Amino acid sequence: MKYRILKKTVLIPGQTSLLVIDAPHVAKKAKPGNFVILRTSEKGERIPLTIADCDPEAGTITIVFLVVGKTTAEMNTFEEGQSLHDVCGPLGRPTHIEKQGTVICVGGGTGVAAMHHIAKGHAAIGNHVVAIVGARNKDLLLFCNELGSFCPEVLIATDDGSMGHHGFVTDVLKERLEQDKDVSEVVAVGPVPMMEAVSKVTKPFGVKTTVSLNAIMVDGIGMCGACRCTVGGETKFACVDGPEFDGHKVDFGELRLRLGQFRDQEKQSMELFQHKCHCAEGK
Amino acid sequence: MTEKAAKTIRRPRTEMPVQPPLVRIQNYLEVALGYSEEDALTEASRCLQCKKPSCRQGCPVEIDIKGFIGQLQKGDVPGAYKVLREYNSLPSVCGRVCPQENQCEGMCVMGKNPEKTGGPVAIGRLERFVADTFAKRLAGGDAACQQITGEAACRMTRDDLTVACVGAGPSSLTVAGYLASLGIKVTVFEALHEVGGVLIYGIPEFRLPKDIVRREVDAMRELGVEFRTNWVGGKSFTVKELMEEQGFKAVFLGVGAGLPQFMHIPGENDIGVFSANEYLTRANLGRAYDFPNHDTPTFKAEEVCVVGGGNVAMDAARTALRLGAKKVSIVYRRTKAEMPARAEELEHAIEEGVKLELLSAPIALNADEGRRLVGMTAQQMKLGEPDASGRRRPEPIEGATREIPCQLVIIAVGTRPNPILLEATQGLALTKRGYIEANPETGETSIHNVFAGGDIVTGAATVISAMGAGRRAAKEIAKRLLGTEL
Ligand SMILES: Cc1cc2nc3c(=O)[nH]c(=O)nc-3n(C[C@H](O)[C@H](O)[C@H](O)COP(=O)(O)OP(=O)(O)OC[C@H]3O[C@@H](n4cnc5c(N)ncnc54)[C@H](O)[C@@H]3O)c2cc1C
Ligand code: FES
Repeated sequence: MKYRILKKTVLIPGQTSLLVIDAPHVAKKAKPGNFVILRTSEKGERIPLTIADCDPEAGTITIVFLVVGKTTAEMNTFEEGQSLHDVCGPLGRPTHIEKQGTVICVGGGTGVAAMHHIAKGHAAIGNHVVAIVGARNKDLLLFCNELGSFCPEVLIATDDGSMGHHGFVTDVLKERLEQDKDVSEVVAVGPVPMMEAVSKVTKPFGVKTTVSLNAIMVDGIGMCGACRCTVGGETKFACVDGPEFDGHKVDFGELRLRLGQFRDQEKQSMELFQHKCHCAEGK
Repeated sequence: MTEKAAKTIRRPRTEMPVQPPLVRIQNYLEVALGYSEEDALTEASRCLQCKKPSCRQGCPVEIDIKGFIGQLQKGDVPGAYKVLREYNSLPSVCGRVCPQENQCEGMCVMGKNPEKTGGPVAIGRLERFVADTFAKRLAGGDAACQQITGEAACRMTRDDLTVACVGAGPSSLTVAGYLASLGIKVTVFEALHEVGGVLIYGIPEFRLPKDIVRREVDAMRELGVEFRTNWVGGKSFTVKELMEEQGFKAVFLGVGAGLPQFMHIPGENDIGVFSANEYLTRANLGRAYDFPNHDTPTFKAEEVCVVGGGNVAMDAARTALRLGAKKVSIVYRRTKAEMPARAEELEHAIEEGVKLELLSAPIALNADEGRRLVGMTAQQMKLGEPDASGRRRPEPIEGATREIPCQLVIIAVGTRPNPILLEATQGLALTKRGYIEANPETGETSIHNVFAGGDIVTGAATVISAMGAGRRAAKEIAKRLLGTEL
C-alpha cells in the first residue's frame, strides 16, 4: 500500500504545507471532523492530523500541517511523488452537521485547514456559515480564498493589523455575537489557548460551542488512552469519543499539560533531525 | 528397564539457560535463551510416554504432547514439528508465552510428587525447542508450506474462495494460516501498521522476539495471505461491505479486547499516569526502547508503580526497568498466590529486582502543582471470603493507608472490548459485558457466515485459547466453503 503525495503546496515557507495524498479507502469514507494517523517512515512515530479536505472520486485526502516536531519537519522535506509510510483512517467521530441556521466557524493557525472542511460541510447542508480566520499577520493567513468560495462571510483578524481587524479572532467573534442573536453554533479549531478563549467568549451568550482537540495519540482507535481528556468532569478518549467536544465543558488546562508530556524527547528528536539535515547539506 | 526408568524419573527438570538478571535489565533482548539439543533430548527423556497422558487434557487445543515428545526422544525434530503443527499454528510463540503451569505441565503426572520426580516435564520449553530448531533448518529455503502445514507442497490458491479476517492477532492468524493451507484466499485487515496483535504491540521483545512473529507472518504471505495494515473495521470499511461489495464468502472477527480500563480514582489524568497498553505500545510497536533511533518517545521516571498482577503488569514492570527506572513496584490488591501472571514471568520479574507491594489498592494518585505525579496513596487490604471467581476477595483494612512515592504509574487492571467495529456492525449480537456472542463450537456470530474468536469473545484470555477459537472457526469456514468434513 502506497500513500503517494500527489501534490504539495508550501503555504508558509518552512512552516506550513499542504499535501494531497493518494489514499482511496480513506477518501471514500472521510467526513468533516475526521482525522488520520500517519507515519513518515518505518521508524516513524504515529501522529494524528485532521483531514482538511477529501475527494472520494479522485481517491485523495488533503492534510495541512505546521512543523512542530521531527515528524512534521520530515514531512515538510517530502516532495510530490514521495510517499508516506502509513496513513490510517478516517478516525474519530465526524462533526455533527445538521441544518440549523447560522454557524460561525473560527480558525486559528493551521487549524483553519480542518475548520475549512467542517465549514464546507455546514455550508453544503444549507447553513449560513460565517468564517472567522486569524493569524499573526496577513502572510500567515490560510484558506481565505477557499472559505470565500462557499461562505457568504469571511472575517479576518491579524495580530499586527496588516489585514482585517487589528487584534484577535475572539474580538471579531464577540462583536458578531453581540449583533447577531441568531447564531446557533460556534465551531473553533486552532491552538489550545485560542479554543479556550473562544469558549470563554461564547459562554455568556449561551451559544453551543464545538472545539476539536488535538490530543497526543498513539493508536487512534481507543486502545491506549493516551488521548484522554476531561470533559464535563468525565474522562473521554479524544480519538473515539471526539475529537470534537463541547468547548464549555473541556478542561483546557489539563489538555495543555498533557500535550507537553514528552516535550524533552520531542526536542531531542527534532535537534537530531535538524543536525542530520544540516550534515547532509554539508553545513 | 525398571532400573533405567527409576533413574530417568529422579532427574530434575532441565533448567533453561537465561541471561543473568543484572545483564538482561540493561538490554531488550530475549531473557530465556532456549534449550540446546542436548538439553532438549535430556528433558524429552524425562517424559514417561504415559498410556493415558493427562497433559493433553490440560491443553486448550489438545496437542498430542506425548506424540511430539515421542518423536523428539527419537531425535526426529521435523517429525515432532509435524505433530505440533497439526494442532498449533504458532508453536514457537506458544512455547514462550503459554501459562504451561496451569495447562499441560499442570496436568503432567511428573508434577504430582515433585520431590521424587523432579517436577513436570518442561513441555513448553520442548515445544519452543522443536519450533525454533525446525525454523532454523528451514531458513533460506522456500519452505512456507512446510512451516505452516508440515507438508512440502501446498494446494493452489483458489481466488474464487475468499475469506476476510479483521484484526491480525493470534486468532486471525490461525484462521488465515489454516485456510490458506487449504488453498483459500485470505485477506487480513489490521488497524495498526504492523501485523501480530498483542504479540507485536503488547508482549515485549525480551519475552517474545518480534522476528519470530514476523517469520510466521512471512510464511503466511508466501502462502498467499494478503495483509492490509492501517485498515480499521468500522471506520475504513464495514463487515457488510466486505461481504456484499467485496465478495468475501466469510468474515472472521478477531479484534481482541484492547480498550484499557482505568481505576476512576483522583489524579488519573495527571502527567506520569499511563495505561499499560499505551506504555507497552510505545515500547513495543513504537520501539521506544530504541529512542531516538526510532521516533516514538516514552515516559521515564526513577520510581515506577505498576498496578495489577497479570502478565500485562509483569511486562510493564520489566519494561520500565529496562527503560532505566531505579525502583519498580507492582501494586496488587491480593497476594502473590492469586496473581494471574505466568509463574515464570513473576519469577523473572522478582529476580530482576521488581518489588511487590501486595494487599495494596491505589485510592489516589498525587501530583505537584504542575500536575506531575509524585506518589500514590494505597489502601491496605486483607483477604476475605472467596468471590465468584473462586479467589478470596480483598477487603480494605479501615484506616490503613500508605504513601508510595512514584513519578510514573502504569495501570494494568484489565481491558474491555473496543466498540468501534461492534457498533458499526448491525445485527451483531453482543453479550451483557459487550463481547461478541459466538457459537462455542463453530465460532459463528448472530450474522450468517460471520465468525468471531479470541479475546473479543472470551474477554482477555490467552494466546492459545485465541488460537483454539481461530482453529474451530477456520474448520467450520473450510467445511462450508469446500464442502468437506475436515
Ligand atoms: C501485555 C500482554 C501480555 C500478555 N501475555 C500473555 C502471555 O504471556 N501468555 C498468553 O497466553 N497470553 C498473554 N496475553 C494475552 C494474549 O495476548 C491475548 O489473549 C491474545 O493475543 C488474544 O488474541 P486475539 O487474536 O483475540 O487478539 P489480539 O492479539 O488482541 O489482536 C487483535 C488485533 O485486532 C486489531 N484490531 C482491533 N480493532 C480493530 C478494528 N476495528 N479493525 C481492524 N483491526 C482491529 C488490533 O490492533 C490487534 O492487532 C497478554 C496480553 C497482553 C496485553
Ligand atoms: S489514541 Fe489511543 S486511545 Fe486514543
